[in-house]
Amino acid sequence: MNDLVQIARRVAAAATNGEQVEAYVVRSRETEVEVFGGEVESLTTAVIEGIGVRVVADHRQGYAWAGSLDASVIDEALRDARDNAQFGEPDEWYALASPADVNGAIAPELDLWRDELAAVTTDEKVRIALELDRATRVADPRIRNVESSGYGDSLTEAALANSWGVEAAQRRTTCGASSSAIADDGTGAQTGYGYVAGRTLSELDLDSVPRDAATRACRLLGARPIPGRRLPVILDPLVTRSVLGVLSSAFNGESVLKGRSLFTGRAGEQIGATRVTVLDDPTDPRSLGAATYDSEGVPTRRTTLIDKGVLQGFLQNVYTGRRSGAGTTGSAVRGYTSTPGVGVRALRFEPGVLTPEQIMASVPEAIYVQSVSGLHSGTNPISGDFSVGAEGLMVRGGEFAEPVREVTIASTLQRMLLDLAEVGADLTFLPGSVAGMTVLISEMTLSGS
Amino acid sequence: MTQPLIHHDVLQSAIERALRDGGDFAEVFVEDRRSSSARFDDGRVEELVSGRDRGAGLRVVRGDTTGFAHTADLSLAGLLAASDAAAAAARGGGGGTRVVALSATTPHPLRADVVVPETVEKSRKVELLRSADAAARQQGSAITSVTASYADAHRRIVVANSDGLLADDDQVRTRVAVQCVATGDTGMQTGYEAPGRTMGFELFDSVHPEEVGRTAATRALSLLDAVPAPSGRIPVVLRRGAGGVLFHEACGHGLEADHIYKDASVFSGSLGELVASPLVTLVDDGTYGREWGTLAIDDEGHPAQRNVLIENGVLTEFMWDHVRSRKEGHAVSGNGRRETYRHLPMPRMTNTFLLEGETDPDDIVRGVEFGLYCVQLGGGQVNPASGDFVFGVTEAYLIEHGEITRPVRAAQLIGNGPEVLRGIDAVGNDFDTWTGMCGKNGQSVPVSSGQPTVLVREITVGGTAA
Repeated sequence: MNDLVQIARRVAAAATNGEQVEAYVVRSRETEVEVFGGEVESLTTAVIEGIGVRVVADHRQGYAWAGSLDASVIDEALRDARDNAQFGEPDEWYALASPADVNGAIAPELDLWRDELAAVTTDEKVRIALELDRATRVADPRIRNVESSGYGDSLTEAALANSWGVEAAQRRTTCGASSSAIADDGTGAQTGYGYVAGRTLSELDLDSVPRDAATRACRLLGARPIPGRRLPVILDPLVTRSVLGVLSSAFNGESVLKGRSLFTGRAGEQIGATRVTVLDDPTDPRSLGAATYDSEGVPTRRTTLIDKGVLQGFLQNVYTGRRSGAGTTGSAVRGYTSTPGVGVRALRFEPGVLTPEQIMASVPEAIYVQSVSGLHSGTNPISGDFSVGAEGLMVRGGEFAEPVREVTIASTLQRMLLDLAEVGADLTFLPGSVAGMTVLISEMTLSGS
Repeated sequence: MTQPLIHHDVLQSAIERALRDGGDFAEVFVEDRRSSSARFDDGRVEELVSGRDRGAGLRVVRGDTTGFAHTADLSLAGLLAASDAAAAAARGGGGGTRVVALSATTPHPLRADVVVPETVEKSRKVELLRSADAAARQQGSAITSVTASYADAHRRIVVANSDGLLADDDQVRTRVAVQCVATGDTGMQTGYEAPGRTMGFELFDSVHPEEVGRTAATRALSLLDAVPAPSGRIPVVLRRGAGGVLFHEACGHGLEADHIYKDASVFSGSLGELVASPLVTLVDDGTYGREWGTLAIDDEGHPAQRNVLIENGVLTEFMWDHVRSRKEGHAVSGNGRRETYRHLPMPRMTNTFLLEGETDPDDIVRGVEFGLYCVQLGGGQVNPASGDFVFGVTEAYLIEHGEITRPVRAAQLIGNGPEVLRGIDAVGNDFDTWTGMCGKNGQSVPVSSGQPTVLVREITVGGTAA
């Protein structure tokens, strides 16, 4: 880690008079094991290193990146970034994070690194993946095949320094295992997915993976389209996560400034049911997206976006925070190949009190949506249009009934927030930057046979 | 510019080292990629970005197991370390010294007419975005936001393997994209257009940024007056070019040999059978013109080729990479592709086309009493095991009494690949292509798709109209 800080400092120190320079340096060690048919299909081990250099001069911004930490390549990136800055157009709000932007904020103390994970041998990782494949295959007699089973982990270190003297260094570990089962009882193949993720191996409930994959595949056997109608919809935590992920860009201060958020100008208004409280909390270490600093070196913090249905505000980085006057919320996100944008790290609904079973029992009939497809093509976070392919099961009298596939569910994101009738207590932290739980939407349009 | 990416004796040493402890096959893939992009947003050039990625991926195959390691260090020491890491994953059996003789490389130099992006002044890249933005805004005051972006990539690759193969390629791709937002009484609507080719800056001899801007703007504006999409099973006409992506997703992925070999494709075991309307001939053609998915060699060093997948409705062939073709004793097909040196290759499409038929496209529309006319699809998703797909429609119109009438708002098409293939009732005598990025197992590669105007008897449209 120290060598990354040294590299970032060296580049930032190259700033000349009137020039601001920022370097963001990343190193990640990754292992990935994929198993198919009882054999290791592939085992990948890698170290990934990269640097992104941002230059702001005369209110113009330039950027260059390289997938290498060779001194000569870094020098070339700095040269390119300076050259690129000449071709951008001036914007008075361009700036790197200064102590004034940090504004005395203190980075949360989070323990996101587990030495234990670094010590796990490759043989052990292979053994886990092979066992997942075996266990999924025998989890149910109707499992015809296992599409893939796998284990992956990463140990990531990142350092940032800029010519204002702002510095941030952080590191984190993550690991996960998954299995995808194919069930077939002669009525057609159905797939089901099981997944766990955490910071180290001992935090993973590996037994749940084959069980979930098999259950989710088998309960869809015999699924058919049903006639179109309007009906209540219950979203599985994985689906809630996806829907909230689509909505996340509406909370983005950059989208707001550019007129691309459906919530532009609506701060203070009631935009959702009173049950709806949405927050981004990267300071919660349970979230896999947790971080101490954002990607510009600003400490992260908990931001409430919707409080009991009322829109509170938006997420900001240094640029959008300065330009809008709201100030940064420590929400800059990036990889080393791009300039910092604005984004969520740990978005979630505030959980309610009902269990998934109680939610299912709260309506006479609903469709339980287990998975959706076409989320990115069928939803438009700017207009709010929402229409996705869905598969799942009908729910009657609080119990799962017949399985359903090849239908779409449609509404608008605006409508869905207003129609959000229940938020489950089953907060589930998932890989990525959004958490899920079971939710009930009082009505959507289903198209089917 | 013309200095070799890597010396052949380094490649040879790395391959021999990789097989020192056994293994059936070893390969080195070396890549040097320079890219640049520019973004015009909010009425001004935001910034230019330059990128450089250079490294090598080493793989060792033993039985069904592949060991893979990659490194950004292209020195002999760097490659040997990666060889050891890859070999460790596939160790056991055999062993001993194996001498690999690399054959003379088949060079694939850039065409003489390629204007290499690194040689183009940055101000010209910026200028074309300015003109796209201006043209888009001229379409109407309801256009409230325009984002224009430019991207180029120059990718040099070298592949060497223990069969003695040694091949290289020099690939240049350029793309421009415009997204517009139109604001009206009904809220905001978006329009998108993004042509790209396997070309350098000469792309702009044939693609005019102003036209791209106008197309995106017109699309967004037309949606302001759009009616809710119908819902239910209705006839769908896919205009030339618009529907190729549907065949790419709903049929093409199921014809990739890894899905077939894993019994995870709805087309497993269907070779030689009638799987589509006899009007359907589907090809994947990596050699076609200078399309977005065109290649000289794939990322395993094999020449791109034209593969007929479905001929007159009969399933004739799959798409193969090295690992699956070796296991099944089948010839490679030039479909082994990977996103970067950090990724393992797998069977991927290149340019996937439904070939043209004989019907006048106007007659196709005239024959539909009530249906949906799709002009642009926004991408989609398929489950290769079941063939079930969904597709976003980003520009579409109602067909009423044989006439194209009102624009409809965004909707999803949902259906099943084989069912749609069997339900094709008419194939037009026109043709166009579409540029896109295809995602599979976390890897994204440039592809194109294409088709003539096609009538599908029935597809479920998931709109919000009652």
